[in-house]
Amino acid sequence: MTSLLQVQGLGKRFGGFVALSDISFDVADGERLGLIGPNGSGKSTLVNCLCGTLRNESGEVRFAGHSLAGLNAHQRIRRGLARSFQLPRPFGTMTLAENLRVPILYAVQPRTGARVPDIDRRCTDLLGMVGLADKADRKPADLTQIEMRKLELARAMASEPRLLIADEAMAGLSHQEVDEILALLLRLNAEGVTIIMIEHIMRAVLAFSQRLVVLVAGRKIADGAPQDVVREPAVVEAYLGS
Amino acid sequence: MDLLSLDLLGNALVSGLLLGAFYAAVTIGVSISFGMLDIVNIAHPAFIILGSYTAYIANTALGVDPILASIVLLPAFYLLGMAIYTIYDLAFERRGDASIRGLAFFFGLLFITEVALVLVFGVDYRLVEAPYIGPSLTLGPVDLPLRLLVPALVSLGLIGGLQLFMRHSFTGRAIQAVAQDPLALRLMAANPTRIKRIAFGLSIATASVAGAVLIVIQPVEPSIARDYIGRVFAICVMGGLGSFGGTIAAAMALGVVESLTSTFSGPSWSPAVAFGFLLLTLALRPAGLFGRS
Amino acid sequence: MRGPGFVALLLLAAALVFGAARLVDNPYAFFAGYVVLQYVVLATAWNILGGYTGYVNFGTAAFFALGAYTTVALHKLTSLPLPAMMLAGGIVSGAVGIGTGYLTLRLRGTYFSIATLAMAVVVQTLITNWSFVGGSRGAYVVRPAEVMGLDYVQYLFLLMLALAVIAIATARTIERARIGTGFAAIRDDEVAAEANGVPTLRLKLIATALSGGLMGMAGAPLPYYVTYLDPASGFSLSYAVNTIAMPLIGGTSSWVGPVIGAVLLGTLQQVASVTISSALSLLIVGLLLVGFVIAAPRGIIGWFGK
Repeated sequence: MTSLLQVQGLGKRFGGFVALSDISFDVADGERLGLIGPNGSGKSTLVNCLCGTLRNESGEVRFAGHSLAGLNAHQRIRRGLARSFQLPRPFGTMTLAENLRVPILYAVQPRTGARVPDIDRRCTDLLGMVGLADKADRKPADLTQIEMRKLELARAMASEPRLLIADEAMAGLSHQEVDEILALLLRLNAEGVTIIMIEHIMRAVLAFSQRLVVLVAGRKIADGAPQDVVREPAVVEAYLGS
Repeated sequence: MDLLSLDLLGNALVSGLLLGAFYAAVTIGVSISFGMLDIVNIAHPAFIILGSYTAYIANTALGVDPILASIVLLPAFYLLGMAIYTIYDLAFERRGDASIRGLAFFFGLLFITEVALVLVFGVDYRLVEAPYIGPSLTLGPVDLPLRLLVPALVSLGLIGGLQLFMRHSFTGRAIQAVAQDPLALRLMAANPTRIKRIAFGLSIATASVAGAVLIVIQPVEPSIARDYIGRVFAICVMGGLGSFGGTIAAAMALGVVESLTSTFSGPSWSPAVAFGFLLLTLALRPAGLFGRS
Repeated sequence: MRGPGFVALLLLAAALVFGAARLVDNPYAFFAGYVVLQYVVLATAWNILGGYTGYVNFGTAAFFALGAYTTVALHKLTSLPLPAMMLAGGIVSGAVGIGTGYLTLRLRGTYFSIATLAMAVVVQTLITNWSFVGGSRGAYVVRPAEVMGLDYVQYLFLLMLALAVIAIATARTIERARIGTGFAAIRDDEVAAEANGVPTLRLKLIATALSGGLMGMAGAPLPYYVTYLDPASGFSLSYAVNTIAMPLIGGTSSWVGPVIGAVLLGTLQQVASVTISSALSLLIVGLLLVGFVIAAPRGIIGWFGK
């Protein structure tokens, strides 16, 4: 398998606080990677650096063989690197269908030149995929917590990404709702989308991931097969305390 | 540089520092409302002009010292501030829609205050009388006009008093906590809305004293409020949003630069200095601003 | 309705407005109508940035006056026809819009708003100190009696009417085009917009340039309308208040809102400043603005439809 994403020596600091230091890992094309770590370990900062919302001071991110240095977030999603937000950030004044139009118009159309009727159908399809088809004309304020998560995922999928970073897409959901989102992500992966899952719910991460990367205090402390990683003393210590 | 312009320079520096202390008093209210509460009260300078006019009325109608009058009027301005915050909170913060409409709200207040003052007092310049307007202390080649010295001391006194309140009273510490983290405040069993209402009341109360010292320093007419918007926000942003010490330092820096410009290039350029300062601050020092967002 | 049909309808409405003004057969109708139309342009222009992307511009007076002073300068240097001067005024103001935007649009929206206030004073100070365009004393512009057989005030009215058509058509085109979706995404959540492929900085600069440029074009005929222009009147705060009050009172979500707001408030002020006093009519605008933002957050168009 070839590498889709290559992270090499990535570092990020806020003032004097080192949020990430010397992070390196690869993600293979089609892989399902779990990224875990305690609160404040730098997971969200890493996502923001990968997606271009924040600039990393050192190190390099390469995607599909090209360096992403100097590219803004909107340029990265156009290359196929999409993310969902930990706290859903829908466009509040737009309907659900219109929410999905944004990435289609701005991330997909420049690549493919899709026509307008196709865009409308694509919105309907995507909403159908996450079970929100009957709410296409509603506003996000009308949605429940899990529906909001699904909208967030549908919008990230609408950009037709090669790599999707799902940032805590399941926090606060019930057991059954977690399974729903898991099934959705597995189906996406089966269609060829590489996925990085950032998650606190260990059951979900272990069920989903083919490989785990563990961050603690801005450093990578483990990287490997899930069943091996969770037994490593450093990981156990970070999670259970010494 | 010959002796004459050295004299000029010395005098410009001193009056710049005195002016700066006064600018700090003008800004301190915004340091509280914008710096700590994140409320973009661009109408603050209009309340300062309102303070100038109340001091003017007390001075001309009753013969009271303008600064003394402004201190007596502090509670009235405090209540005005509480009332405005109550409306602001109900209409914008609770709806989670404070951005565009909140800005327009304060812009409307700025405009209403200005037009109302024009309707009542006209556009003529008004001034006050006090024993310290006129005489100067002379220290070697440097003149210290009391007209600037007294306002500077009153301004520093006002800020010092506020600083003591913020440091040592429960409410003051709660205000600083609400600036950092509303959740932490709730854990202290204080009601954030009440704390913010008090803080906003205080910020408007400072306008009473700032307005009185303004009309001691220069004659006042309703539209000069606008000249102060740029100054106030430039100082507030440069001073590090909500830090009183930073506010004084930034205010004095601006006072000196303005005073030098006015001495060496002519007074008609001095408004541009303040606003140019603000534009440069916004363009070049955003790193200091981003810490909050 | 498709774009060309809408423009045809707009032109028809414009022709009706002009015909009605001719029918009234009172020079004051054109004088007053010009001001109302000017506010239609200013309010629509403001809304392109303020209503669509959510960035509040307090510096309308600066963009507007830059257009006016471009005309003063060109009037002294050249004998260009007025429409060419309007174009020049639009380019100058649009360029200043891009400049201000480039300096401050990376920051939080609040800072952009404060910067536009500051920019207005900087530009006013520059103009006040620039003696070529009259400095603080002001400048006189000789207004020709007529042009192509048409009374000059009617000509000015007609030009402003045409500009209003252009501004409204631009605003409506933006609403229905891809860029309108991008603007709305920026207004709703800028970080999410950028993460979903919207080039936010570029779109904000486009909005600032369009908005500022239209304001400059609206200001360009002003010297011929007033024949004497000084900085105090060209940079009057009432331009800024009106152009914010009109969209917010009419409603910012669609092109209709600013037009309704401008026609209502503009007419109200024309009537009130004749019958009561101009200061009082400005006070009414201020009170209406504050009243509407508190009590009717979606403006007049929020009373209709869903």
